[in-house]
Amino acid sequence: MAKIIYVDHEGTERAIEATNGESVMETAIKNSIPGIDADCGGACACATCHVYVDDAFMDKVGKPEDMEQSMLDFAENVQANSRLSCQISVSDELDGLRVTTPESQH
Amino acid sequence: MDLSTSKSVVIVGAGQAAAQACASLRLFGFEGGITLIGEEAALPYQRPPLSKAYMKGELAEERLYFKPEAWYQDQNIDTVLSVRATRIDRSAQTVELEHGGSVSYDALIIATGSRPRALPVEGADLDGVFDLRDLADVERIRPRMIAGQKLVIVGAGYIGLEAAAVARQLDLEVTVLEMESRVLSRVTSPVMSGFFEAEHTRQGVTVRTEARLASLGGADGKVTTAVLADGTELAADIVLVGIGILPNVELAEDAGIACSNGILTDRDARTNDPRVFAAGDCAARPLVHYGRQGRLESVHNAIEQGKLAAAAIMGKPRPPEDCPWFWSDQYDLKLQIAGLSQDYDETVVRGDVDARKFAVFYLQNGKLIAVDAINSPPEFLASKKLIMTGARLAPETLSDTSQSMKEIAAAAV
Repeated sequence: MAKIIYVDHEGTERAIEATNGESVMETAIKNSIPGIDADCGGACACATCHVYVDDAFMDKVGKPEDMEQSMLDFAENVQANSRLSCQISVSDELDGLRVTTPESQH
Repeated sequence: MDLSTSKSVVIVGAGQAAAQACASLRLFGFEGGITLIGEEAALPYQRPPLSKAYMKGELAEERLYFKPEAWYQDQNIDTVLSVRATRIDRSAQTVELEHGGSVSYDALIIATGSRPRALPVEGADLDGVFDLRDLADVERIRPRMIAGQKLVIVGAGYIGLEAAAVARQLDLEVTVLEMESRVLSRVTSPVMSGFFEAEHTRQGVTVRTEARLASLGGADGKVTTAVLADGTELAADIVLVGIGILPNVELAEDAGIACSNGILTDRDARTNDPRVFAAGDCAARPLVHYGRQGRLESVHNAIEQGKLAAAAIMGKPRPPEDCPWFWSDQYDLKLQIAGLSQDYDETVVRGDVDARKFAVFYLQNGKLIAVDAINSPPEFLASKKLIMTGARLAPETLSDTSQSMKEIAAAAV
């Protein structure tokens, strides 16, 4: 179990107890977190689950793989801490992870 | 017609479009009752993994569901499962259910999806012959997907080829039968067909094109052979049928709602009855980037029409109509498709086919109308936007890999 904190673009925080092994995207969808569309359901096919990872967790979540990186290159308002949340798997190590959702995924 | 103060919205069907409509109605502030009527026992779930990761056993069942059961309770959505809607009475504004009873609606969303085309040959009802459409199908197929078993797949469309990839990875002996002269013939270009055929062959699949299945033979009620029109007999322990789907329009048609290869809708997913909407595989919608009406069998379409219907009911501005997009995973290949390639007059290949990283662009009178991108997200994502703007691109620009897709997109007019 790990607590994931989702911050929307207006700054509202929502803390969720996430299940290990599920993705940060799935956790968001099941808990109706606004700001994540995840149209393809986690297949890394659509780039609509873009989030900004809190700097303190950048090392723990690791770097995106090539496929994800090239998807991110075409997302709107990409930053150095951008990730696709379908590619971040929840684990104990990520307890307390804060991710911020962009204003729009399209 | 203002439906935003409706007391009751009824959704017939419980797939992706239905799930999206539920979520969007609540998001747009709908406070009335929502009743979701589904024929299957399961709450709405994702279908794409059924022929991919889920079939392979890499994805737990609970991860298929869009929302947990508690969400439907929290959102006050009444789920009526394992029940078929038998009739829509538009004058009484009710949906009748099998086993009796009916549900009243102020607004109705028909999201009945589609069903597999039945195999029109003798022996199609033998044990070991399967469709691949819903969760229950996969539950029946999976225990039989054992290394060394002989699997014959009828139809080289996306479902058939995805299943072939999974089966090879599980070490089954796989034969794919295709009537046409190439795989994926209805949906892609000869270049792409050739690539997929070579890839499956390399992975150990026997691909037989121009192969017409004549009948299935069996012993003790169980399938044992697939017999082709030329007399060839192939041993088969399992037969998977993937020869296309048919839209479930009967409920709408019987109620006098206009249909033509799908339930006809306007851009807001509304049918010719202002209280009745249709979304997903069953609907034929305006394809605004192509100037025609058509049916799309895709996740993108199910999500978008679910949103469009909910927005129209709530009197909200129309959500964006995206360029149609699709994907397919086979082995370590990710195919991403943007647009509709029908009626192209020119193809342009960008990248290296042998390196398994390339894209095929489809042009019509110089205008980009679609792309098939293999392990090439930039080509897919850039094209999605370019197609929506009606961009004209020179073939030599598209094939020039010294320019990035970002640069090409920025220079496009």
